[in-house]
Amino acid sequence: MELLLFTVFAAAACGGAIAVVLSQNVVRMAFYLVISLGSTAGLFFMLNADFVGATQLLIYVGGTVVLLIFGVMLTASGPFLTIKSSPGDMVQAILVGALFLGMVVVTVLQVDWDGNAAKLESRYGVSSLERPGYNQRGEGHTTRSIGAALLGARFDKDLGKNREQPSTGYLLPFEIVSVHLLVVLIGAAYLARAKRRVNVPSEF
Amino acid sequence: MMPLLATETISELLREGIDLPVFDFWDIPPIGETGALILAAIVHVALLAGFFGLPAFAGIWAERKVSARIQDRLGPTRTGGRFGWLQSLADGIKLLQKEDLWPNAADSMLFRVAPYVVVVSSFAAFLFLPFSDGWVALSLDVGLFLALAILSLEVLGIILAGYSSGSKWSLFGGMREAAQMVSYEVPLGITAVIPVLIAGSMNLNEIGRMQSGWFWNWFIFHDPFTFLAFFVFFTVTLASNKRAPFDLAEAESELVGGFHTEYSGFRWSVFFLAEYASMYFVSALGVILFLGGWWTGIAPIDNFFRASGDWRVNYLGNVLGFAVLLIKSSKLVFLQIWIRWTLPRLRIDQVMVTCLKYLVPISCFLFLGATTWSLLAPGRVAMGMKPGLGARAIEAAVETPATESEAAIVRPVDDAHVAMSDDSSMIGGAK
Repeated sequence: MELLLFTVFAAAACGGAIAVVLSQNVVRMAFYLVISLGSTAGLFFMLNADFVGATQLLIYVGGTVVLLIFGVMLTASGPFLTIKSSPGDMVQAILVGALFLGMVVVTVLQVDWDGNAAKLESRYGVSSLERPGYNQRGEGHTTRSIGAALLGARFDKDLGKNREQPSTGYLLPFEIVSVHLLVVLIGAAYLARAKRRVNVPSEF
Repeated sequence: MMPLLATETISELLREGIDLPVFDFWDIPPIGETGALILAAIVHVALLAGFFGLPAFAGIWAERKVSARIQDRLGPTRTGGRFGWLQSLADGIKLLQKEDLWPNAADSMLFRVAPYVVVVSSFAAFLFLPFSDGWVALSLDVGLFLALAILSLEVLGIILAGYSSGSKWSLFGGMREAAQMVSYEVPLGITAVIPVLIAGSMNLNEIGRMQSGWFWNWFIFHDPFTFLAFFVFFTVTLASNKRAPFDLAEAESELVGGFHTEYSGFRWSVFFLAEYASMYFVSALGVILFLGGWWTGIAPIDNFFRASGDWRVNYLGNVLGFAVLLIKSSKLVFLQIWIRWTLPRLRIDQVMVTCLKYLVPISCFLFLGATTWSLLAPGRVAMGMKPGLGARAIEAAVETPATESEAAIVRPVDDAHVAMSDDSSMIGGAK
């Protein structure tokens, strides 16, 4: 069952990604991107990472792709914008893609999966998520753990240990990144606006 | 023996093997995990699919009747005997018979796919909606977040429909919808977070459960900020459903039909099925977040059903809760229809100004206000009328049988965990 679902989602993710590359119509590309990203969210759900899956749906599928299509609609000159890449671009893209794929494959092959699983099992008796004291459903799958980790408590690491110094929280970096993004947003809006400042009397 | 009430989902029930009092005479052996998953999925989806059609059926009839009455007409009177109550069915049959065509200029693949994107996402949102205590297909701790994420996919289908039709009207409708939704998602998210802040959970079932007791326990009466937040939330959901005065994407007086100008027959009706279903969905969401969910708001009635040890009475209580939720959300749907037929449509620039200059700052202010209120006056409802959520939550935990997941949360695992849950409740500000 799990294998079947995995096959479906993985095939949809890869198929969507390939279709994005092969398609020449921008909006169709965006639609294939939705399929690919949505299936990736499905894979996250299968891994019980429901928070990451929901975020994937909200940010990438609901946000980024909508903005992408919106941008295309605002800027397109013809009714259906198409992109044709030159052979030179294709060669470059294939080269870079192949290099990246090679890197991923080499990295995956280098990890000793069975050995690591055995190590985890010898340390905890069972697989790391099923060890006693860590109730995954009770922790709200991932939300509660993520929230706690932001504040500096790691259920998966600190549980059952009285440490002098608990793990560090992620709240400060998170806040810095969000404020940074806000600054970028306001800056972009300011730069885009400054070019044409017309005094239109507001009616509302 | 677990009472029916305490089982979180059907799949859990099946995985344990069926051992219900109902089935005492009918011995069902435990089926495997795969079988349980498949069976549970089929049961949930079948129930929800049945429910999915109901708001469209009732909503379209109500829209016709209410608009007629507002305009001093009678509306449908003959279909189905009296009051024209079968009008929606007649509409549906008429639409199915229509020719399914698409324009030459359209991008035919996207044109055909777009309605299904809309209807599937609007259907999927129902998976996270609790219809009564524990009556929810997927009880997730990210329930609200995921429901909002999936609702935002509906917009994508509408934009695709508008773009792929190859018509200027549709393109304008799609662009307006995109602009409107990208902006209105911000206040929608912020106002939806306010009840989460008070409840300390994103699980819609938990949020609903927190509002038991008398009606002043409902989150809308929690403090002045949540009271205002409900109205902001309602306004924003009007916009997110493209209902008047925010129906810029359709705007039949200027854009013919907006994004669905080129659609006909079944695909057109699918858009409307999705629209009425998500009208109902956001109303039910508003009811669960602010208006006490499935609770009647009269404490003795709810307590009678909940405190009873007999599973049949508990079950009856759940049925009553379902009816209460239906009635509450139908009233909000009626309000949406009422607003549609009495208010004029806003211009697109007014829509954007309303959102970005008014609703976003207001919702930010309300969010800050609700946070401060929880910090300064923890455990008090509006104007200090009643000892608040904290005491009540403890009462509820003591007097009701904790469900499996609740028990798992409450159970102190060790010091670190207990310290953590104290911390998080302080941040949540309400427990």
